[in-house]
Amino acid sequence: MKFGVVIFPGSNCDQDMIYVLRKIMEQEVVELWHKDHNLQGCDFIVLPGGFSYGDYLRSGAIARFSPIMKEVMEFADKGGYVFGVCNGFQILCEAGMVPGALLHNTERKFICKNVHIKAQHAGTLITAGVPQDKALKIPIAHGEGNYFADAETLKKINANGQVLFRYCDENGNITPESNPNGAIENIAGVCNAGKNVFGMMPHPERAADPNLSNTDGKFLFQSLLSMVTS
Amino acid sequence: MSDLVKGEATTVETAEKLGLRPEEFRKITEILGRTPNFTELSIYSVMWSEHCSYKNSISWLKTLPKDGPHMLAKAGEENAGLVDIGDGLACAFKIESHNHPSALEPYQGAATGVGGINRDVFTMGARPVAQLNSLRFGDLKLDRTKWLVRGVVKGIGDYGNAFGIPTVGGEVFFDECYNVNPLVNAMSVGLVRVGETVSATSEGVGNPVFIVGSSTGKDGIHGAAFASKDITEESAKDLPAVQVGDPFQEKLLLEATIEVIKTGAVVGMQDMGAAGITCSTSEMSAKGKHGMNVWLDKVPTRQAGMKDWEILLSESQERMLVVVHKGREQEVMRVFEKWDLNCVQIAEVTAGDRLKYYMGNDLVADVPAESLVLGGGAPVYKREFTEPAYFAESKKFDINKVSVPADLKAVAKHLAAHPNIASKRWVYNQYDSMVGTVNMSTNAPSDAAIVNIKDTSKALALKVDCNSRYVNADPETGCAIAVSECARNIVCSGGEPSAVTNCLNFGNPYNPEVYWQFVGAIKGMSKACLKFSTPVTGGNVSFYNQTSSGDKTEPVFPTPTIGMLGLLKDKSTRMTLDFKNEGDSIFLIGKSRNDIASSEYLYSWHKIKNTPAPYFDLDEEYAIQNTIKQLIRQKLVQSVHDCSDGGLFITLLESAMPRQLGFSISCTKDIRRDAFLFGEAQGRIAVSVKKSDEEKFTAFLLDSKTPFERLGEVKGKGILVDGEDFGAVSEYKNVYDTSLELILQ
Repeated sequence: MKFGVVIFPGSNCDQDMIYVLRKIMEQEVVELWHKDHNLQGCDFIVLPGGFSYGDYLRSGAIARFSPIMKEVMEFADKGGYVFGVCNGFQILCEAGMVPGALLHNTERKFICKNVHIKAQHAGTLITAGVPQDKALKIPIAHGEGNYFADAETLKKINANGQVLFRYCDENGNITPESNPNGAIENIAGVCNAGKNVFGMMPHPERAADPNLSNTDGKFLFQSLLSMVTS
Repeated sequence: MSDLVKGEATTVETAEKLGLRPEEFRKITEILGRTPNFTELSIYSVMWSEHCSYKNSISWLKTLPKDGPHMLAKAGEENAGLVDIGDGLACAFKIESHNHPSALEPYQGAATGVGGINRDVFTMGARPVAQLNSLRFGDLKLDRTKWLVRGVVKGIGDYGNAFGIPTVGGEVFFDECYNVNPLVNAMSVGLVRVGETVSATSEGVGNPVFIVGSSTGKDGIHGAAFASKDITEESAKDLPAVQVGDPFQEKLLLEATIEVIKTGAVVGMQDMGAAGITCSTSEMSAKGKHGMNVWLDKVPTRQAGMKDWEILLSESQERMLVVVHKGREQEVMRVFEKWDLNCVQIAEVTAGDRLKYYMGNDLVADVPAESLVLGGGAPVYKREFTEPAYFAESKKFDINKVSVPADLKAVAKHLAAHPNIASKRWVYNQYDSMVGTVNMSTNAPSDAAIVNIKDTSKALALKVDCNSRYVNADPETGCAIAVSECARNIVCSGGEPSAVTNCLNFGNPYNPEVYWQFVGAIKGMSKACLKFSTPVTGGNVSFYNQTSSGDKTEPVFPTPTIGMLGLLKDKSTRMTLDFKNEGDSIFLIGKSRNDIASSEYLYSWHKIKNTPAPYFDLDEEYAIQNTIKQLIRQKLVQSVHDCSDGGLFITLLESAMPRQLGFSISCTKDIRRDAFLFGEAQGRIAVSVKKSDEEKFTAFLLDSKTPFERLGEVKGKGILVDGEDFGAVSEYKNVYDTSLELILQ
């Protein structure tokens, strides 16, 4: 599969994502520059983490107007796969490509630490191959990761199976204490109604290299690869 | 264009207002052969400030060991030291202070400190891979201290996180001596392929010189001179001397810099830190032995109507000066255009050694580059020093006059909760420690931070350390301990100490007692760095860290922060500090001592403050570290953790907490129990050993004549000392993890 990782000015998890996809998952990866209008025939687009445009104004608010986003949106509209992590998720929300919004963490501080998340069902590309009962240890690193959606949207995404992951404790219990940023219903990641656009705050690419003594994030990459190739 | 320098002649009074001394004013007049105008005087005032010229420290800094087998750039040669680490890679690393700005505006002060040190590394062509910091604040009960801590931590976080380099280690220490003047020391470590570095030099007559990055504003004017003054109540008036940082611009500048070096069109490059355009043009010209014509009116500015000296002295962040091979300008401009950054030619390299600054057609300053810089015409002073009275007084300390507390469990709880010992997670959770996917310590803690070098078998082992209480007690011994502890932490993590950068934070150098501390620290550092074969590759000196109010002046503790680079040639041999298995034996390598001097226990429990440095023997320390290396190599130990602040008890507790494994130990009979548990004698390391390895392990130690004792074993979930129940590990962990955040939240 050919992955395209978009590089916005201020992206800083782009090379981490490329490293995991290329060196650990052994996939073809190209860098897509934000000023371009060409997705270079990629099968799967990734919006990486970072601080696109310094996250000035509001996280992801400027990046969504980057030239390449026009093509990314068209690609997604035609059913193409798009995956946004952290700042990438924020950009997807700002672009309206996934439902909801990401607010400041309730403590109003940047938080970087390992958290646990649990897949909500096996009905999507990214969660299908993930052990459904296991609490995955995946790091977060954000100041604005407090997921919010209004009651109606919540009802819809819950009913449609659009909630990908929820924050939980190390035993898989979804509790208020295990919610690191105040996200509504402990939501850590969602997808669009068509289930081809995915966004999540935790960084699976930071938990995929055995050198870092935690490879829980690899389940997500393995899942999407096996689903697409099969 | 006129060749006559514009502007009126200045007076010695103006010179003094700019922080120059009368004899320095006379020297400038001699160099120029005339009285300088205001712009020229401003140039000398910043270049000859302590911050840029090192005039009161350089004669002693030169005595530090500089040579090592792997040095590619020695101290003072480039913006940061450069060490060959094999596989065609070199490591650039440096630590720098941003104390004075942080005292006034903690958020921007700390943020721009992070920005500045990273620029020092990537201006050489090295991509930063890890950051560390060393922070010191006053009494945490004070609201001002809390304000400073919150601001500094947020400043470091917001800048470093957006810049996108992980913060992998650091230290935070609280003492009332830092109430007014906190210390903020930031370190950056970068990697570059050998031969792909860029030098901070300017040569080749006719070569164009570009300013790249942010526009120039009025922030930070006279910042270098400001950093060379005592902090007083008047200091708030200096607020415009604090710069404002923009990490987004810095990130773009990093990418553009690395990319532009690859074009091969760059002759030399230097970042703009202290003294902005003045410093970069003069240092690069002096190094390349050329002159430069600079047109200040071409500099992109943030506001109209900036004066020539404002443009020259501005310390606006995220800017660089780039000398380019003539004819290859387009290649350079294309790169900066790609990254949406300014790239404007403002100067041209000339023959000779004159720096001529123009504003339009007016020549506003004309000075010889060499006369401005360290190693050239900048003044060098030898300062007087005298031993302070407290030093002799401290030697009178007698442990026998301190009674052993009846309830040692209460002491243990007190220490685990003490802000100097408790977890700093409130601080480091605000830093992105994992971006870059190289931090090998996140899920496997060790004494030094381990940073993966991708696609090689190697990893870096990094540490910053300085117990300033020890240095205050005895500068020479205290500073040797700081070096030794860095080395010990690297060795305990499976690494080999390689080189040192230092950040020397002291009081006013014109105070002979402060200077005595400085000289002592340098001597101690030299001795220890020679022993561990870790040359000093650079760093910075920050004097004037003290508080003046009324006629009373109190210097901060002398704080020579050591940043050490270590190397793990084979990352599979890295070692961690956590107990692994129930039933493993616990040993102490090194000797227990009847010593509680300068310990956190003595200081905060008994409130006895003026005591000698703890027990320390450099040869013994070195031998013990060598033993540890062997034990790790032979895979005879399960965990390794050194004894430092809080003593053996805290060491064992820190090994117990990650996996919540308890321990049971017995105290040595002929040592006071408080000294055994909480004393901070150096040269001691706690290890855990599998039962099946115990025979081989003890045989090795007996063979190598290393002192050791068996303390007990990893057992249960609780802590037993001589059979007495000291409580559950989980109980301590809760206190240890949360005590700092309870104060700061």
